[in-house]
Amino acid sequence: MIEIEKVSKAFEQKQKKSYQVLDDVSFTIKQGEFVSLLGPSGCGKSTLLNLIAGFEKSYSGTIRVNGEPVKGPGAGKVVVFQEHGLFPWMNVLDNVAFGLKQQGIPKKKRYERALEGIKSVHLSKFIDRYPHELSGGMKQRVAIARALVMEPDILLMDEPFAALDEQTRYILQKDLEDIWLKTRKTVLFITHNIREAVLLSDRVLVMATQPGRIKKEFVIQAARPHQAGDPLIHHYENKIMETLTEELEKVVREEMGHDYRLEKNAVPSLPDHDLGIGI
Amino acid sequence: MGYRVFDWGWKFPSPLQTAEAFVDGFANGHLFGSILASMRRLLISFVISILLGTGLGFLFARFRFLDETFGFLVVALQTVPSIAWLPFAIIWFGLNDTSVIFITAIGATWTMSMASRTGIAQISKIHLRAARMMGTGNGLKLFYQVMLPAAFPHLITGVRVAWAFAWRALTAGELIGRGLGLGQTLQDSRDIGDTATLLCVVIIIALIGTISDHFCFKRLEDGIMVRFGLHAAKN
Ligand SMILES: Nc1ncnc2c1ncn2[C@@H]1O[C@H](COP(=O)(O)OP(=O)(O)O)[C@@H](O)[C@H]1O
Ligand SMILES: [Mg+2]
Repeated sequence: MIEIEKVSKAFEQKQKKSYQVLDDVSFTIKQGEFVSLLGPSGCGKSTLLNLIAGFEKSYSGTIRVNGEPVKGPGAGKVVVFQEHGLFPWMNVLDNVAFGLKQQGIPKKKRYERALEGIKSVHLSKFIDRYPHELSGGMKQRVAIARALVMEPDILLMDEPFAALDEQTRYILQKDLEDIWLKTRKTVLFITHNIREAVLLSDRVLVMATQPGRIKKEFVIQAARPHQAGDPLIHHYENKIMETLTEELEKVVREEMGHDYRLEKNAVPSLPDHDLGIGI
Repeated sequence: MGYRVFDWGWKFPSPLQTAEAFVDGFANGHLFGSILASMRRLLISFVISILLGTGLGFLFARFRFLDETFGFLVVALQTVPSIAWLPFAIIWFGLNDTSVIFITAIGATWTMSMASRTGIAQISKIHLRAARMMGTGNGLKLFYQVMLPAAFPHLITGVRVAWAFAWRALTAGELIGRGLGLGQTLQDSRDIGDTATLLCVVIIIALIGTISDHFCFKRLEDGIMVRFGLHAAKN
């Protein structure tokens, strides 16, 4: 369980007033729940994840994981990064076994468990490859295996599939869903892809930007596994798109000047919608 | 013209004379002994400078105030030819092996510490975070399991340059120092005008330098680069 209460975070800036990234963010993720955090880039998603992961210390408010205040990295929560973060000097097997090694698990035992983890992401044939010998999708699979073998309570994923091509991304989404259905980990999944969020999640939190806040919450009440063709899923996608478009407009105006507005129907995949109104 | 060549003949040893000196030197064991003695000093200084340099570099990368004060000094020290420290070394340690080892080590330490500093400063944040998330903590485990290997491509370059610097400093130091060694052999041979042996020693120095670099460090570096995927795989 992850409890976020009134969390605010500002980055100090040289010679300028500090930059408020997160402002009064509160939400709870229940045990075994899959929650996506969706928002325009730069709205503070990664910052929030880093706070929960324990990588960043200075913030106001409280963050509790399984009832305990977060003191630092580790302790039942693992992160899958967008840029995989595998160690280039280790092969797949050693990368996956690294966390177990830190726990002092003897070599034979940890390799056994690592092999199991690698099998669950379908990479058994590649255990002695080095990261640079793998494709982007394979690297991300290794990163997921590396996280899962530590048997965490909580999986924090920061845009893990953002750098992948469409097909690979689709397959990995399916695999992640399978894994989640089997293990029922608590997952916080960051993405800027609406479809991905809706397909995978029990709940989608849409963030507002500058400063980052939770703008709206969508509970995805569709049968598992979520089907892309399901009209209900489509409905959620549209709703979320509406909410997000307002934020995107804000970002665009900030960057391009105040006379800029997104055209109605500017988002090609959703031609039948009033964008940016009605929320 | 012919007269000059004849007159300077002993100053420019012929290949035959050099080969003879080579054979003689090894036959009576003097050259071999010199090589061993020099290598011993070199290896001691080398190990000291690699350990010290890597440690210093780590401290510079880790603590900004050290980097901004002492780190700047190191850049300055790096430009000082290490033989310039010999007079000091002689005052501190006397005209002995310790002095030679001291200036050899000092010749290689600074460049090693700069390489180590760069290597450690450039470790990607994501690797450090991944390591801490998997439970290395912030201390020694993180250092030798992640920071050292992550900095290896820079470290090995530092080691190569340090080796070359140490070699130079050693020869310079030995020219003045006492005892047995390649530098001393150079000096002794000059005293008795044995130019053939002089040339021999110069050739030996070049050979050892090249061979060790090529077969040891270059191999190591290539291996690491390939491992890290930094070289486009060869051929
Ligand atoms: N260490 C930092 N120092 C200063 N500003 C930062 C730092 N990290 C992130 N930011 C800023 O905070 C904002 C949110 O960043 P981030 O959380 O990475 O956004 P997201 O992941 O939603 O794209 C960005 O505007 C970014 O420039
Ligand atoms: Mg991000």
